[in-house]
Amino acid sequence: MTIEVELQPPPAATPTWAMLRTLGGIAMISGLLVVVAYQTTLPMIAEKQRILTERLVFQVLPGAVSKRDFIVTEQGALAPAGEGIAGDPIYAAYDAEGRLKGVAISGTGSGYAGPVTVMFAYDPGCHCIVRSKVLKSNETPGFGDKLDTDPEFLKNLEALDARLDVTGTALANPIVTVKHGTKTEPWQIDAITGATISSRAMGKAADQAAQRAVPAIQRELTSLSQPN
Amino acid sequence: MAEASNQSTSTSSPAPLFDREEPLTADTFIRGLWEENPVFVMMLGMCPALAVTNSTINALGMGLSTTFVLICSGALVSWLRNWIPKQVRIASYIVIIATFVTVVDYLIQAISLELYAALGAFIQLIVVNCIILGRAEAYASKQRLLPTIVNSLGTGLGFTLALLSLGTVRELLGNGSILGVQLFSDNFQGWVIMILPPGGFFVLGAWLLFFNWRRLRKERRMTEQTGVIANAV
Repeated sequence: MTIEVELQPPPAATPTWAMLRTLGGIAMISGLLVVVAYQTTLPMIAEKQRILTERLVFQVLPGAVSKRDFIVTEQGALAPAGEGIAGDPIYAAYDAEGRLKGVAISGTGSGYAGPVTVMFAYDPGCHCIVRSKVLKSNETPGFGDKLDTDPEFLKNLEALDARLDVTGTALANPIVTVKHGTKTEPWQIDAITGATISSRAMGKAADQAAQRAVPAIQRELTSLSQPN
Repeated sequence: MAEASNQSTSTSSPAPLFDREEPLTADTFIRGLWEENPVFVMMLGMCPALAVTNSTINALGMGLSTTFVLICSGALVSWLRNWIPKQVRIASYIVIIATFVTVVDYLIQAISLELYAALGAFIQLIVVNCIILGRAEAYASKQRLLPTIVNSLGTGLGFTLALLSLGTVRELLGNGSILGVQLFSDNFQGWVIMILPPGGFFVLGAWLLFFNWRRLRKERRMTEQTGVIANAV
């Protein structure tokens, strides 16, 4: 086998400044375009995000017409949502008369194909989780996605006990998922047959959400009950 | 003597496309759609073609995003082609492509957060899509602005078409719907594997099989009619 190499005249030297000028110029055009795109779309994205969050909150808390956003800080305190405050967001939802309908809280548990993030409706009156909506999940279609659709499974989340212990800092009974057909306590979730790992993720998400948010919600219930 | 005849043949036949400027013709546009279809013929961009075609809307979103980046980056590369020295061309192309991918990333978020969530990291991965860098290097860097835009549009639509032919089939078989509209009765049991990753390979394989079968049939008919074996060396 022979490899033919095409003989070419030596290439003309490119001046250093030409290379620098090109890369610098392109970087400037790039910077300009990215900043313009970012600044233009920022308010639109924020508005989309707000509408989406509101829709999800009103979906888990039907009957609610307005909401207030709060942050549960690292120290477990409740602060009105604003810029520069880090923590988990929670949403207090109110009906037309301004009564507290419930609080939307969210948690994450690891499932069969990555994390499962779920929003739960917490009712401070019954100290329980009353509804759920999966926000993000990669679970297998036909199996893991039953978390949001299986009527029998969703019955688990109609009055899931999330009572606090005597110290008021943690749940009296951690929320757990048990094997299908073995649920005996109100804080247990009966797993879906064939989707046990996804069901467990739901349990972990509910436990995480409640452990973080419920102590703060119960402590600040008086201020949360006022719509403004 | 031999040298002279070589020279005469090279001047009589047109130089290859990568060495000359192409006039704007219908072929500039159509080539990317079919003859040089990025997915079905050139086998490029397989990663998004398999990963995000589990529904029609995802396929459409991905295809149009890629088309936008192809046209914009192609246009800018073509416009700046005489100012970009060979030594820094790859760095320049990548910065240009990354810029438009960032722009499209924000645009999709502004249009639909659901679509943005469904497409996931694949929007950002357009930066390393070989169709775009390939077009920049092989076409836009040598051609005038207008043919580049038209060619990029053709290639982008060819890519979108390929993604749609995967996405519609997968959504139809896996979910019984197209663009979220249910087409079958409630008794339809979705073929779940079609919307899972293996479904992408099955449907792509089936399309390639179909196109090859058609090509072979056409060649056979031509042989029967003319007695000339197509593509014979």
